[in-house]
Amino acid sequence: MNDMSQTPVRDAAYNFAYLDEQTKRMIRRALLKAVAIPGYQVPFGGREMPLPYGWGTGGMQLTAAILGDDDVLKVIDQGADDTTNAVSIRRFFARTAGVATTESTPDATVIQTRHRIPETPLHADQIMVYQVPIPEPLRFIEPSETETRTMHALNDYGVMHVKLYEDIATFGHIATAYAYPVMVDERYVMDPSPIPKFDNPKLDMSPALMLFGAGREKRLYAVPPYTRVVSLDFEDHPFEAQQWEENCAICASHDSFLDELIIDDAGNQRFVCSDTYYCAQRVSQQEQGQ
Amino acid sequence: MNQALKNELSVSTEPLLQVRDLSLLYGPEKGCQDVSFDLYPGEVLGIVGESGSGKSTLLSLLSGRLPPQRGLIGYRDKQDQWLDLYSASEAERRTLLRTEWGFVEQNPRDGLRMGVSAGANIGERLMAQGIRNYQQLRGAGLDWLSQVEIDPQRIDDLPRTFSGGMQQRLQIARNLVSSPRLVFMDEPTGGLDVSVQARLLDLLRGLVRELDLAVVIVTHDLAVARLLADRLMVMRRSRVVETGLTDQILDDPQHPYSQLLVSSVLQP
Repeated sequence: MNDMSQTPVRDAAYNFAYLDEQTKRMIRRALLKAVAIPGYQVPFGGREMPLPYGWGTGGMQLTAAILGDDDVLKVIDQGADDTTNAVSIRRFFARTAGVATTESTPDATVIQTRHRIPETPLHADQIMVYQVPIPEPLRFIEPSETETRTMHALNDYGVMHVKLYEDIATFGHIATAYAYPVMVDERYVMDPSPIPKFDNPKLDMSPALMLFGAGREKRLYAVPPYTRVVSLDFEDHPFEAQQWEENCAICASHDSFLDELIIDDAGNQRFVCSDTYYCAQRVSQQEQGQ
Repeated sequence: MNQALKNELSVSTEPLLQVRDLSLLYGPEKGCQDVSFDLYPGEVLGIVGESGSGKSTLLSLLSGRLPPQRGLIGYRDKQDQWLDLYSASEAERRTLLRTEWGFVEQNPRDGLRMGVSAGANIGERLMAQGIRNYQQLRGAGLDWLSQVEIDPQRIDDLPRTFSGGMQQRLQIARNLVSSPRLVFMDEPTGGLDVSVQARLLDLLRGLVRELDLAVVIVTHDLAVARLLADRLMVMRRSRVVETGLTDQILDDPQHPYSQLLVSSVLQP
């Protein structure tokens, strides 16, 4: 697993990174617009990808559009580099674009992700690409697309707090744990994709460029580097990230996002880091220290 | 007379809403045309007429939901500035609709969010105005539930578990929470049985006087009009055929249609 960069050979039967050049230009134009208006959802002509919707087609199209020859790609799924989705997307781009792939967060220039932002701090040369199932944060309360667009246009966001109010009324605290709505650059309310709210603070003033792609709904949006991203909350119920009483069973980390694993029929659990690269790094550092 | 006193007098005697030559026709005599009136602060204006006479169209035009083909609507806002409703931006119209105005729908299901609790329904306008304090929202919810005679313990219940009359009262609370100056009502007692109607009317009358609301109420029920309205407008085939004080119109109708309308009320 710690075997890092390898440069594969490109399959010349495909255009570079699978999509044709016109499609990539169209996506790049949409991306420029998205970066210019942080948090605004830009429609784009989504293409069929050779895998089903819901497996990351939106993120893959953005990755295909921005990938260059000398890029180094990392793909994570739920924080892990070695899950099915991550492995197949990484292999897809290794084959169609011939780019180097890596599991190392600092070495990667493009990181496509589902559900997590890496624990290792990002730097200014990196681009994060998120896979988004439902890009519209207002959808749960307003089913009409024309109406939600008008609400975005007119800055009419009162209903966003209705959901948080309902959480407190029902559970006594804001129980939304993922896809926690954020306000980008004091203007647009944005769904940060289904990352846990633990990762929301990492979006704020991040040095890396964040791109979000929804394949089924054919929308993309972006958070440029060093943009204010504020999680919505109430004065007397402020935003709080999750915390665990346990430490990671492998690397003993106490400040990373932990997955709960049930390890036997008796219901015993273990908590381990969801970010596999971060966990492996810590273990190897501890071994060197001994 | 000194200037300050003069100003004060002119403010209270100046209309809140000025309507001139308002028209929207779907076909000949379908819709409403050439409607002009002034509405003063604290005044209740009833619009009566038979089905299809253009009452609801007029209400949609007045409340900024439907642009007219002709005519002007001027509204004097809290800062005493006159606003031309349909040349204002949509953002301004929306802000108005959720702050200084209210709209009570005939069917509470259209005016409420059925998927969220009663408390969230009441708090929505406040949240839209930027109130971000949960305790304050909660307090407003409890306060308004008791004002409209709903048990405050039901604050976390969904509106669909409420009876029709309770839903209608909840809708009224949801509109009044932002202390509006002008409320539009479309047959607010429409689908309710007679005893619930009476209670709702009683409640509405109390609130209107207490909060000094200006109200435009559309109804086909002359009894409702007599109880609530200060002034009546009788509509027929898209035109206003008679206007005047409620008692005047109901006791001494001048236009043949008004006479027909008044005489067709059942006397128990």
